[in-house]
Amino acid sequence: MSEHLLSVKNLHTSFTTDNGQVHAVNGVSFDLDAGKVLGIVGESGSGKSVTAYSIMQILAENGSITGGSIEYKGEDITKWNRKQMSSFRGKCCSIIFQDPMTSLNPVFSIGSQLQEAILLHTDKTKAEARERSIELLKLVGVNEPAKRIKQYPFELSGGMRQRVMIAMALACEPDILIADEPTTALDVTIQAQILELMQDLQKKLGMAIIMVTHDLGVIATMCDEIIVMYGGRVCERGTADHIFYEPAHEYTKGLLRSIPNVDNAKERLVPIAGNPINLLNMPAGCAFCSRCDKAMKICLEAVPAERPVGKDHLASCWLNDLALQEKAETLTAEGIPAEKIQEQTGWKKDGNGEWVYDLASSGQGGEVTFEQ
Amino acid sequence: MSSEYLIEVEHLKQYFPIRTGFVKTTPLKAVDDISFAIKPGETLGLVGESGCGKTTVGRTLLQLYRPTGGRVKYDGEVIFDAGDVPETDASGEVKLGSDGKPLLSKRLSVNMLPYRKKMQMVFQDPYSSLNPRMTVEDIIGEPLDVHKLYANKAERREKILNLMELVGLNAEHATRYAHEFSGGQRQRIGIARALAVDPRFIVCDEPVSALDVSIQAQVVNMFEDLQQKLGVAYLFIAHDLLVVNHISDRIAVMYLGKMMEMADSDELMNNPIHPYTQSLLSAVPLPDPKSARERQRIVLEGDVPSPLNMPSGCPFRTRCRYATEQCGAQRPALTDRGNGHMVACWNK
Repeated sequence: MSEHLLSVKNLHTSFTTDNGQVHAVNGVSFDLDAGKVLGIVGESGSGKSVTAYSIMQILAENGSITGGSIEYKGEDITKWNRKQMSSFRGKCCSIIFQDPMTSLNPVFSIGSQLQEAILLHTDKTKAEARERSIELLKLVGVNEPAKRIKQYPFELSGGMRQRVMIAMALACEPDILIADEPTTALDVTIQAQILELMQDLQKKLGMAIIMVTHDLGVIATMCDEIIVMYGGRVCERGTADHIFYEPAHEYTKGLLRSIPNVDNAKERLVPIAGNPINLLNMPAGCAFCSRCDKAMKICLEAVPAERPVGKDHLASCWLNDLALQEKAETLTAEGIPAEKIQEQTGWKKDGNGEWVYDLASSGQGGEVTFEQ
Repeated sequence: MSSEYLIEVEHLKQYFPIRTGFVKTTPLKAVDDISFAIKPGETLGLVGESGCGKTTVGRTLLQLYRPTGGRVKYDGEVIFDAGDVPETDASGEVKLGSDGKPLLSKRLSVNMLPYRKKMQMVFQDPYSSLNPRMTVEDIIGEPLDVHKLYANKAERREKILNLMELVGLNAEHATRYAHEFSGGQRQRIGIARALAVDPRFIVCDEPVSALDVSIQAQVVNMFEDLQQKLGVAYLFIAHDLLVVNHISDRIAVMYLGKMMEMADSDELMNNPIHPYTQSLLSAVPLPDPKSARERQRIVLEGDVPSPLNMPSGCPFRTRCRYATEQCGAQRPALTDRGNGHMVACWNK
């Protein structure tokens, strides 16, 4: 088995607030290989940014990783101490934030902010660091880099600041670049420039990118693999083509129906009813059940397990489990042993020869029936 | 007096004085010579990058700012005239005075209060455009109070509840405060407030850009339903071209305070003529991986120039692939290229 560059397993992150524990991330798992672009998409409060911050361990003071592991080249970095983490940040993995206006320090020049990262993580001299920062600015397409390094963030436009942010992130040639809504604050024409730049750099330097965004257009343009998050859980994962052309989770389907497209511009949009969930008040079952028009009784009671719906395409929806009954039947006809079938589909035959769904296969006890 | 158009804007200008030296000020031409007209029940989309003046157009049109120049008409009546618009006769010819110079219009500025009942605005940020110390009932009721649109308290309450129902809020929400609502619901409150006076025209300034994708569709659908039900006209200002294309009958594209192109929305999306519109459309990330992989993006070089230091001639020429000497020498006028497709470009 080949080792993944980054492997997040059953990550739980929560925040202590005056109103109680907010479970922002509830068991997120994914693998990232070198040179791949992974997209994490979801609306505000879905836990996508917190997942990214958990990897970097730059959570707010009241937040902590409460479970699961994050393995970087096979080592669990959640067990690392501060010193190890600060060498991880920047060198192995760096992050670009949403708002280039506020994430640069206004009282230091561009050059000194760039050199800070280089001096911290390498044993270059000041003069070499200066050379390197000019080189980096050139790489991200900032004109007149020698002049720019003496300038302050307020002297640059939004697109230029985001380029400087990218240059800072790339200063130590990280293996992983996390981009947290990198183009949300920018205009479309500048967004196109930045996305183009990121694609170029990724090809040139071969790093892996985690793209965190709510913009399905950006996801479609940039990503090989996509994770759709809702309420701190992964509801669907697959390639870009899977997610956009064969969505298997009701939330993904709803999202795609609710955005206007060019081809069917004048058709009426189909919004997702209701409001985003309150993380303080999570339902026992599927996080999306209160807004889903196909919700069944089981959806309110138990969290669905992730089931394959195609090659490299998984979704967590009870409807998929329901559909697996047919597969269980064909497997029985093929003579596959009952335990194997139950493992794969969750379905087994009871004493009367009727198909029943066993919750135990999704990590929970009891048997259930599917009803509306 | 009534006319074909509900709102007519002619040569609208809005300059802001910016201090550029100890005593020196330079005019920032946020809106420079913009003309358009909106029919009753029609939606005109207004798009452009940040800083292009699209929000200023909306605010100046409603006279939240005092226009520097131009004329605004509501239903054929002049409600503002800066006295610098050349008078034209019925055939569209500019009338000349006895000294051979074009005859200019008369300065005029009317009391806007009666017109506020006809023209309203929905703001971008539902978090800062609602007073946190007022209940929903009072927020929606305030325009009713200002215009004295009710005889007694019971009627006021009834009107408010009707408005809340119209925008999909429950009656029990009336006594709550704005902070108790999610972004989508807050935007509904803002829309109910705008509808309270039964307007015929609403300026929607980026009404959905602060909302989540799944909520955005709810609000966009509501705008469309309200238009069908009440026949209001919208000036829909947004930077998301896919949303604007969805909701608008016609779209106008602005760049650095000037109108670059205006056409029916299908025509504009399928057959953009201005190089700026072309690159703007090609920059929109499509939520469709196959066409995203195939399509050729026209990525514009550089940034938008500072509006204080505008390029001569066509404002877009510094980033335009087709720019010629003529573009630097003279500003192209907005001309009709057939079927009401207006373009301001020297390129044929």
